[in-house]
Amino acid sequence: MSTTLPPRLQAIVDEFAEVDRTERLDLLLEYSRDLPDLPERLQGVELERVHECQTPLFVQTELEGDAVHLFFAAPDEAPTSKGFAGIIHAGLDGCTVDEILSTPSDFASGMGLADVVSPLRMRSVGAILARVKRQLMERTAS
Amino acid sequence: MTLSADTDAKLQSYAHPARLVTTQWLEDNLGAPGLVVLESNEDVLLFHTGHIPGAQKIDWHLDLNDPTTRDYISPEGFAAMCAARGISRDTTVVIYGDNFNWWASYALWVFSLFGHEDVRLVDGGRAKWVAEGRAMTTDVEPVTPSEYPIVPRDDATIRAFKEDVLAHIGNGPLVDVRSPGEFSGELLHMPDYPQEGAQRGGHVPTAKSVPWKRAANDDGSFKSADELRAIYGDEQGLQDGDEVITYCRIGERSSHTWFVLTHLLGFENVRNYDGSWVEWGNAVRVPIEKPSA
Repeated sequence: MSTTLPPRLQAIVDEFAEVDRTERLDLLLEYSRDLPDLPERLQGVELERVHECQTPLFVQTELEGDAVHLFFAAPDEAPTSKGFAGIIHAGLDGCTVDEILSTPSDFASGMGLADVVSPLRMRSVGAILARVKRQLMERTAS
Repeated sequence: MTLSADTDAKLQSYAHPARLVTTQWLEDNLGAPGLVVLESNEDVLLFHTGHIPGAQKIDWHLDLNDPTTRDYISPEGFAAMCAARGISRDTTVVIYGDNFNWWASYALWVFSLFGHEDVRLVDGGRAKWVAEGRAMTTDVEPVTPSEYPIVPRDDATIRAFKEDVLAHIGNGPLVDVRSPGEFSGELLHMPDYPQEGAQRGGHVPTAKSVPWKRAANDDGSFKSADELRAIYGDEQGLQDGDEVITYCRIGERSSHTWFVLTHLLGFENVRNYDGSWVEWGNAVRVPIEKPSA
């Protein structure tokens, strides 16, 4: 597998890596605010929960032709989970299945976020991506 | 200097009423000299979405735990952490947080390890403050650093280690504050929470299950002294003079119960086993009780 990131995700990783600690938290908060709401048709639908996140987060993938669409739901009181989801959404929504499957699950290790949200909590970023990948593998296997 | 205690009627029924303040007291005293307000949350970013005006953030993982050893910060680390927040040894420190004040209780307990005299919780925490429509802000005010002395951490009086718990089996009450499923061993972690890696499920032999939530009202505040006495006294049979150890999974929920027993009911010998199930459930050859086993 290639270890290069899809360009949009790479740009986000670089964006985080270039700023200082305080700005990193502000950026994460921006991604949390920018995470799109769940579309109406998915509201009330039971979505897969990312149990590895400390606070509630739910994820759903859909395929539209070659493009993958990602949907997330999280309460406003869980901005960290929302921020992680926002990064993955901004970086990977619209990518192909192959691009997402070849995105390394530790892509966030270069972002410098472990310093400001703690290494323990960073595990959930990889967990979100792992669950996205598993859903896509199940979808494309059938 | 320290601030005078909240004279709210509900608080006066507790053993140590000065350890709690109401949201109203806090609103009335915001900005008072000698007061530092800290927000301690489960979600590390929540503070940045809005907080009580003038409050500063304290994070259990980044600020209170040692980054290398699995332990709390050193006396030097504690002094530096306090000084950076403008806390002096005689400052009134008021702590609130999300999720029923779990991590606020935890932070208060860590301040108590270092013997900080005047540290208080906000009854109801962040949720109650927000529900009452009180002011929130994203502004972070500049802090004038203070001087804080280097004081030893007392790991004997309110903290229990694995060896203490082993010696306690059969000799004193152990209170397991986790959910019923964790207590029985069906679950290795909180319902809907991440697995945090315990190899074995169950509970410490002789421990009794009293989930932390029983001490709290739905709005996040503590139950009344009478209600608490009914649970821990009448029902569980805890008596004055008992040496009690509380535990949960990583020590935050048991800080909540530690606070209830120590400051609301006035038990004098309560220790929190912060290693909790993540240590016990992974330790070699410690006894475990599991009803289904």
